[in-house]
Amino acid sequence: MDTPVKVTIENFNFYYGRVQALHQININFFSRQVTALIGPSGCGKSTLLRCLNRMNDLIPYTRTEGKVLLDGQDIYHPDLDVVSLRLRVGMVFQKPNPFPKTIFDNVAYGLRVNGLRDRTKIKENVEKTLHQAALWDEVKDRLHESALSLSGGQQQRLCIARALAVEPEVLLMDEPASALDPIATQKIEELVHELKMSYTIIIVTHNMQQAARVSDITAFFYLGKLIEIGVTDTLFTRPALKQTQDYITGRFG
Amino acid sequence: MSVIKQANREIAGPESTGRPGLKSRRAWTQKTVFLLFRLAAYINGAALFVIIYFLVVRGWRAINWTFLTQPPLDSMTKGGILPCIVGTLCLSLGAILAALPIGVASAIYLHEYARPGRFLQLVRLGINNLAGVPSVVFGLFGLAFFVVFLKFGVSILAGALTLALMTLPVIIGATEEALKAVPDTYREASLGLGATKWQTIYRVVLPAALPGILTGAILGISRAAGETAPIMFTAAVFFSPSMPKSIFDEVMALPYHIYVLATAGTEIAATRHLQYGTALVLIVMVLGLNLSVIIYRARLRKRR
Repeated sequence: MDTPVKVTIENFNFYYGRVQALHQININFFSRQVTALIGPSGCGKSTLLRCLNRMNDLIPYTRTEGKVLLDGQDIYHPDLDVVSLRLRVGMVFQKPNPFPKTIFDNVAYGLRVNGLRDRTKIKENVEKTLHQAALWDEVKDRLHESALSLSGGQQQRLCIARALAVEPEVLLMDEPASALDPIATQKIEELVHELKMSYTIIIVTHNMQQAARVSDITAFFYLGKLIEIGVTDTLFTRPALKQTQDYITGRFG
Repeated sequence: MSVIKQANREIAGPESTGRPGLKSRRAWTQKTVFLLFRLAAYINGAALFVIIYFLVVRGWRAINWTFLTQPPLDSMTKGGILPCIVGTLCLSLGAILAALPIGVASAIYLHEYARPGRFLQLVRLGINNLAGVPSVVFGLFGLAFFVVFLKFGVSILAGALTLALMTLPVIIGATEEALKAVPDTYREASLGLGATKWQTIYRVVLPAALPGILTGAILGISRAAGETAPIMFTAAVFFSPSMPKSIFDEVMALPYHIYVLATAGTEIAATRHLQYGTALVLIVMVLGLNLSVIIYRARLRKRR
């Protein structure tokens, strides 16, 4: 593959207190590709995802070893400004969590907290990202209504727009469609397809069919270890390891 | 017969044969217990109405426009209680102005910033025990510290600050509850967008917690309005010839007025109806504040 590497994880270990949740992880995430992290519950995929924008810093008594390189820079370096890291690596959560504010203010939030004051620029940005999230047509007439009046699927697309507004380079998605009905799920998957042209996307999913539909590269985790990683089509049709084969065919999960 | 059916027969009593209409002993026990619980709740609810009824019957004669808007005359046997109403309002408002910023700031620190450990435990211990200090002890402390040591003298300032100390635990408690009720997902979303912790608190958490904080503030005021012991030595006087002009002036206050009229005034029997009238005014104030909180909370719930 000639695409440059965006994020590299090197010999990475993660501990919740004394419990080791991730063991010697080594992965490359390629720029403008969708990488899916799959594996049974508790295998560490969400933990790994949250390490990529240091959200796990919020949990007390956690510890890391090893490096996570974004464009070659270690994000766990003590001098690194976590706040600016999160501008480059955005996150969409499992359950849609719009703020109890208007639709407009939700999308504008990231812009405002990072110092943008120009009202015209904010308006333009909000409109642009709502278009990107395929939500503009549905909300253009009610931008100043509460975000909580939207349906679940719309709220999730709003959260995606909100994340995109600060122009991240990497987008982390933690089971973004698991709380949504099938039609909303389909819309989100189409969105991921479009977004990958501009962003590097790493998506955690429980749903193997979704991983197969949406991703270019899939990584299979089990009990905190990376078992196998490869091009999605190959991994699902001719996996190299029996364990992967067993998981994909549903022998365990 | 199966083991469970046998056991059931025994606790149910011989009358129980499984036929509908015949109640088992267990059902009767339950009915009796629930009846006792209901009685307890009724007594609780009735108590308030009994108190109000008592006050109204004995004090309504005193309530008229003069009573509410004129100062007292003729050693308190005539005239009104206007200076007391003004004094109580000044003290309660002053107490809240002092307690609210400190209380909310403390609660934010305790809930959002403080790391678990020995120091945090000590601080919480201090706050919880502050809530248990008897009001008269607050009064004495206020006298020694605000009135004498800081040389504020007997004044609105000293009284309001003493009341503020008393109200702090209420405000800190209510604010912490309100902060806890804000879902963590909001905080995560905000931080994920590159906001700092303070920006998150200021832009998302506090606005969401505001209703709970306001409720706590109003409850705090209503408590402060009714306390006698803390203001007895620090702010209240039996008679003041004019309205307070500065925060260093002494004031008359409703609860203190009742106390003095009923015990140390010169015409205890003759002013009995005035005592009840003053009590009625005070309780209407306090109940009015509490009721507004209840209505406000109900309206918020309907919106959600």
